[in-house]
Amino acid sequence: MDDLLKEFLTETNESLDVVDNQLVRFEQEPNNAKILDNIFRLVHTIKGTCGFLDLPRLETLAHAAETLMGKFRDGMPATGEAVTLILTTIDRIKEILAQLEATQAEPKGADEDLIDRLHAMAEGAHAEPAAIEAPVVAAPVAEAPVSTQGTLVHQVLERPLRPGEVSLDELERAFRETEAEVVPAPAPVQPPAPVKAAEKPAVSKPAAKKTVVENDAAEAERVSNQSIRVNVDTLEHLMTMVSELVLTRNQLLEISRRNEDTEFKVPLQRLSNVTAELQEGVMKTRMQPIGNAWQKLPRVVRDLAAELGKRIELEMHGADTELDRQVLDLIKDPLTHMVRNSADHGLEGPEERARAGKPEQGTIRLSAYHEGGHIIICIADNGRGLNTERIKAKAIANGLATESDLERMTEAQIHKFIFAPGFSTAAEVTSVSGRGVGMDVVRTNIDQIGGTIDVKSVAGEGASVTVKIPLTLAIVSALIVEAAGERFAIPQLSVIELVRARANSDHRIERIKDTPVLRLRNKLLPLIHLKKLLKLDEDAGAIDPENGFIVVTQVGNQTFGIVVDGVFHTEEIVVKPMSTKLRHINMFSGNTILGDGAVIMIVDPNGIAQALGTSVAAQHEIVDENAANRGSAAEQLTSLLVFRAGSTQPKAVPLALITRLEEISSDKIELSNGRYMVQYREQLMPLVQMDGVEVATSGVQPILVFADDGRTMGLVVDEIVDIVEERLAIEVASGRDGILGSAVIKGRATEVIDVGHFLPMAFADWFNRREMKPSASAQSILLVDDSAFFRNMLAPVLKAAGYRVRVATNAQEGLVALRSGEEFDAVLTDIEMPDMNGFEFAETIRADQKLNDVPIIALSSMISPAAIERGRQAGFHDYVAKFDRPGLIAALKEQTSDLNRAA
Amino acid sequence: MTVSQDNSASGVTEYVTIMIGEQLFGLPIARVQDVFMPERLTRVPLASREVAGVLNLRGRIVTAIDMRARLGLPNAASDRPAMAVGVDLRGESYGLLIDSIGEVLKLADDSREVNPVNLDPRMTKMAAGVHRLDGQLMVVLDVDRVLEISSELRAA
Repeated sequence: MDDLLKEFLTETNESLDVVDNQLVRFEQEPNNAKILDNIFRLVHTIKGTCGFLDLPRLETLAHAAETLMGKFRDGMPATGEAVTLILTTIDRIKEILAQLEATQAEPKGADEDLIDRLHAMAEGAHAEPAAIEAPVVAAPVAEAPVSTQGTLVHQVLERPLRPGEVSLDELERAFRETEAEVVPAPAPVQPPAPVKAAEKPAVSKPAAKKTVVENDAAEAERVSNQSIRVNVDTLEHLMTMVSELVLTRNQLLEISRRNEDTEFKVPLQRLSNVTAELQEGVMKTRMQPIGNAWQKLPRVVRDLAAELGKRIELEMHGADTELDRQVLDLIKDPLTHMVRNSADHGLEGPEERARAGKPEQGTIRLSAYHEGGHIIICIADNGRGLNTERIKAKAIANGLATESDLERMTEAQIHKFIFAPGFSTAAEVTSVSGRGVGMDVVRTNIDQIGGTIDVKSVAGEGASVTVKIPLTLAIVSALIVEAAGERFAIPQLSVIELVRARANSDHRIERIKDTPVLRLRNKLLPLIHLKKLLKLDEDAGAIDPENGFIVVTQVGNQTFGIVVDGVFHTEEIVVKPMSTKLRHINMFSGNTILGDGAVIMIVDPNGIAQALGTSVAAQHEIVDENAANRGSAAEQLTSLLVFRAGSTQPKAVPLALITRLEEISSDKIELSNGRYMVQYREQLMPLVQMDGVEVATSGVQPILVFADDGRTMGLVVDEIVDIVEERLAIEVASGRDGILGSAVIKGRATEVIDVGHFLPMAFADWFNRREMKPSASAQSILLVDDSAFFRNMLAPVLKAAGYRVRVATNAQEGLVALRSGEEFDAVLTDIEMPDMNGFEFAETIRADQKLNDVPIIALSSMISPAAIERGRQAGFHDYVAKFDRPGLIAALKEQTSDLNRAA
Repeated sequence: MTVSQDNSASGVTEYVTIMIGEQLFGLPIARVQDVFMPERLTRVPLASREVAGVLNLRGRIVTAIDMRARLGLPNAASDRPAMAVGVDLRGESYGLLIDSIGEVLKLADDSREVNPVNLDPRMTKMAAGVHRLDGQLMVVLDVDRVLEISSELRAA
């Protein structure tokens, strides 16, 4: 193919994608002249180039579209109808381009239908503001050969110049000059073009295939363009060469490990470092912003909204998050599918939304960010959420689960059924997404690239799908294992842990009939012998029934163990595609060359998961009982242990904080280094006394045992009185150390002790505590934490600091509380929670217009700059470590006082 | 050792002769990339019988084809294949496992005869004619057809 034509096709396709996007934006912001200028410029460039290359059909179409857009510039309202018409025209242009690419000639055909409509639209607009318009100038015939209404067409372009305007000729020249700067060098390596063209006539998006290092440039301000176009083939070749280099380096390292010859060690080390850097650099060139995969979505959503009569806003966050283009290509379709799903099934129509008290416009929120070696993509909508009942019915109908299975499952587990093959709950098949291709296909696609997918949904609030995928597929870390004397690589991404199974140890391979299983932390893990799976067992001796190494592997939500004979080490391997003659074996995803030069096969955990059967997944889920959903009773009663220590006045402590109540014989209590100790469960447990409490010298000593994070301490008390359930309301804050304040419990004034004061007395570093002053203001706080320990510890602390506290055991409960109409001055939430984590919780609150000004403070035991940044993005106002109580109180004061000022 | 691919003379084809079992075969030299000793062959579980395994040839992964199995000949007495002829098909490298390599012959195309009708059907599929040499017959192998190993048979 002609180089010029090829360049034109690449460029035009890119431009058209941008035009698509910009038009949708323009429709939403019709007054944004900048967007319009941008569109106008792009279409004008296309028109100009078509004329130059002698493509009359394209030129005429582009020209007609440009005319209509000229009208927009002159103040014609950009109606949905008009935008649709232009989009249709662009689609037609794309069709012609596709054929042009396939046949290298502009196809025959007529576009009068579109052109007439474009003109009619332009003319219609002309009728209104016509009176003021400049006089009509006749069009040069050469420029509009097909047009019959050319007079009107050129009116826009050839009206007399207003002051300060430049002539079209000048504009044209300016465009051409700009273009020349933007596109400096043609691709240095030209692939044998005729073959390529013949091979891909079906490719509908040539632009995506030829994307360049930085093709988001059109979006951004093209200030100083430092990028060049590089042919993807060149990059691919570079990548292959780097892969070879990595392999050779691995080989050298292997040799150097065997030989003690130190002479090579230093330069080899250097080579190794340089290789690693080079590898990283080349990988970077393959990285593309995920926004490229999103480019088409605004158009998709717009068209869907029009078709379905819904109002949908598409928010995109983190479009510049980068990932390997190979991965990018693979997730494009699943993403589009999920967005369609959200628009079609997730979001309600405007009336239904109004009835539910939600804004008429629904929101689909796409976000992407990096986490470890993965990219996390989240597609969330604020629609009606998944219909649990319908999923249940469908699961029973499809024989995926029985009614009694479903009884025992949590909502989250039930929601996962949407990933089961052939699962579509759409009552009727719509033209939009219910085409029998369901989430199972999406899941399969994601599984194939070693990713995971998860869905979360709250009825009436919306649903979110989170996809986690590796950044790159070309070089992966793999575990090298042995089975039947052969070595295999298992991608580290799906390996959770390694367990050594031995006949007389805790980890023993057991059998249910003939199925091997492993009991691992009270779960039954299905096992499969790699030898057996690969049919290597016939000649390589019998399988040792009880011994072996178990590679615990996870695919999606399915966990299983692969039994191998030996485990060597992990190695960075370069994934090479399987020969076409071997690609039908779905147990392998590729092969690679090891450091010692041998070729080994890369085991595909997805294939093994399939071989194991999907039934395992569902069973395993049920075994994995989720305890977190218990105890969500709405009433805020606290179980308290009432005891006496040091005074006659009763004291109390939240029962949940206490690990155990013990009565220890007094002769077991030892005095060591001035402190009382007791041997407790083969450890020395320090005893702490409250003021005025004497350690018993005879008989038994009652002790409250507190444990946290492997440490235990005993609090010496005089007498354990009772366990009561009471609403814990600390009425009088205390100034005394170790006492949070007084509360009325069972009709008696009772001192509530502050466990946090005593823990450091046993271990100084239990956590650092400083005094805090109770505040008199009665602001209310919603505390969300799935851990009872922290809820019980923090709630009294907060109450003591003068806040009214409502606790919720999970994010869903928190949302219910927030939406119940109760006013909260701040939300405190844990991050690591099952089902919906703190980030998602915060995002949900931020997305709710009624709640989005409530300050949210994250509480976390894990604080890293990345987590804080992630928290900021999710909409947290502050991020406090769980044990930093002064910090917490300070943060709360700051946030709530900000609110007071704002109010 | 890389054999020259120069084959410009019209009407004459250069062949590399190879022995598989007791039979002499000829491969058009234009298709032969190289001849090598197959080392460290990794067998591929679940692969069809004709695929002997994969091996690393100077950084490329080569799929080794067991020519005896492919041609329906009995297994060799020794376990180790002596030689391999490297060929490319659509960007992928293959190694055809053979017993021994012979000489390079320049043969006129018009002396090539069609396959005898009673030739073993497996061989017929892969043979592109027969050349009569003095004393023996050389079966011309069609590389493309040799590599037409149906993977669909076992595809899931």
